[in-house]
Amino acid sequence: MSSAVSMSGSGVNGSPQPRAARGAPPTRRGFTSASREGRWGTRILLGVVIVWFAVLILAPIAALVWGTCDAGLGAALAALRTPTAREAFNLTIGVTIAAVLINTFFGVVLALVLARQRFGGKLLLEGLIDLPFSVSPVVAGFMFIILFGPQGWLGRWFEAGGIRVVFAVPGIVLATIFVTLPFVTRELVPVLRECGLEQEEAARTLGANGWQTFWRVTVPSVRWGLGYGITLTVARALGEFGAVLVVSGSIIGKTQTATLFIHQEFTDFHYEGAFAASLVLAVVSFCLLVAMELIQKRMQQERS
Amino acid sequence: MAIVVSNISKRFPPARGEERGLLAVDNVSFTVPQGHLVALLGPSGSGKSTILRIIAGLEEPDTGEILLEGDVTTASPVHQRGVGFVFQHYALFKHANVRKNIAFGLEVRKWPRREIQKRVDELLELIQLQGYADRYPSQLSGGQRQRVALARALAPRPRVLLLDEPFGALDAKVRRNLATQLRQLHSEFHTTTVFVTHDQEEAIEISDEIVVINRGRVEQIGSAQEIYDRPCSKFVASFIGNVNVIEGTAERGKILIGPDRLPAPGLQSTVSAGEVVLLVRPEDVEIAGGPEHSTLEGVIRDVRYRGDRYEQEIEVAGLLIRAIEVKSRGHESNRSAGEKVHIRFGRHTIFEADQDHAAIRAQLQSLGYIE
Repeated sequence: MSSAVSMSGSGVNGSPQPRAARGAPPTRRGFTSASREGRWGTRILLGVVIVWFAVLILAPIAALVWGTCDAGLGAALAALRTPTAREAFNLTIGVTIAAVLINTFFGVVLALVLARQRFGGKLLLEGLIDLPFSVSPVVAGFMFIILFGPQGWLGRWFEAGGIRVVFAVPGIVLATIFVTLPFVTRELVPVLRECGLEQEEAARTLGANGWQTFWRVTVPSVRWGLGYGITLTVARALGEFGAVLVVSGSIIGKTQTATLFIHQEFTDFHYEGAFAASLVLAVVSFCLLVAMELIQKRMQQERS
Repeated sequence: MAIVVSNISKRFPPARGEERGLLAVDNVSFTVPQGHLVALLGPSGSGKSTILRIIAGLEEPDTGEILLEGDVTTASPVHQRGVGFVFQHYALFKHANVRKNIAFGLEVRKWPRREIQKRVDELLELIQLQGYADRYPSQLSGGQRQRVALARALAPRPRVLLLDEPFGALDAKVRRNLATQLRQLHSEFHTTTVFVTHDQEEAIEISDEIVVINRGRVEQIGSAQEIYDRPCSKFVASFIGNVNVIEGTAERGKILIGPDRLPAPGLQSTVSAGEVVLLVRPEDVEIAGGPEHSTLEGVIRDVRYRGDRYEQEIEVAGLLIRAIEVKSRGHESNRSAGEKVHIRFGRHTIFEADQDHAAIRAQLQSLGYIE
């Protein structure tokens, strides 16, 4: 009997290779996977996975769609057209673009340094780059308040110059940059290491100077890794909540991003607005996901 | 002189736990005449690739100079030296197709589009990949990739072409084909070419001169024939071709070999006394018709068929010696194990034995070049 979903390592009709065949001692009953017990075990496992998937992922999305359409599509669209909503989305888009540009630039530079140079403390630096992953976004937000707040170590200089960082857009941009920092670098370093120096050396022997080598050889050779890193950055920037909540003060119309807007609407019981905005973000995330899959596929192709 | 390598040395930075780094290149000097095809030949780790990369400008020497067509280039950066370089693993631009790969050097020099098109088509015809212009490197075989790499390097008409073990990653047959094609290309264009290899057959087959390198030093420079027939050092004699290495003692004008201490047949010693190393190539071990003057009696222990010749293992004077009998037309060898033969040594070389010899032997053994 064939299973509807194929598990990796086995065909649609087959069962997974018997573990015992790989040199492990045979089970009590010999090579059992072809037997009925094995197949039932697979089915139960499959069932558990499907239920888990449905409950944690499909059901919430379905609830989201249903919730948005519950009050009617018109109400949902109207909720999105309010100036508050529009300003929130504009801010999110602007912050995301800024974060992408800055992190791409510094990420590429950092990746080149890590992949090509040898220096003491390199391991430490590589570890530090992953710091934003381990720090809770709320904590990150507080860090920025301490640093850039009006009495902060760096903030006081900005205040003197008349620039407000926290509870304003610059603070949001900084916080978003922080949480999305590692993505580009982490994607590029292994790709750069794998590509190795030879292509670049070849380019130089062919007469390309440093700049030409970079644009014509290095960047194209890592373009899919770079694309993947940028996509991750966008996804994360769009969805950032905790750090931005702390750092921005969530001032409606001024420092409210899309995620903060959703939070605001929800706590004010304006469910149509909350649902509609959530659905927009969900759809965008889904499109990003598809883009990431396509990029990964291209990366695999090029690797072979 | 197209290339002058003058007193080049390079020491690598020390690895962890080392006091000083490896001296990869030790005061190497040689010249390459215009239009010649020269091989840098040596075992793995001998520094030959490093020397080539220094000529190209991909590495910097600690001391010494490189002159390309009279210009001192040691300080000038890679991209201004006008050298073409072919890597062992091709280093093709994976994201570009064959046409863009070959055109790279021309695009960087801002050639007009039509000229680029023409030149690329010319080269595609030369390497016989006319229909492959739009393919990507991942769609090509190893041999095809290397041809594209060659075309790419030749496109901007470099004054010097450098190849770093270009056929190392390919099958034996493909390797021989490409080596021949390289020679043909060279005959057509006469670009001064230097290629690095550890394959002596390849070097002997296609090069005008061979520079034999070992442990960062030049051992001998000469034509294939000179190096093969008149090796000037123990290393060269042991490394090039197959050779019987026989230790012996020089005594009263003869050389006594083997545990039986019998005089080596057919030669006079030029060393009066002391330990010596006698090197005789298998093809120079002559089997005489019968017991003649100055032959030694031996017994054939093993005969191996090699397709175009027979390899015989002969026990003489308590030693095992390799001999070769080439198949001649209509005459199959009818020698077999257990047969008694009388042998004499033809061409040979004699060196004084010293620690150097043992060290060289150990080195070549550990690298797998001799048994």
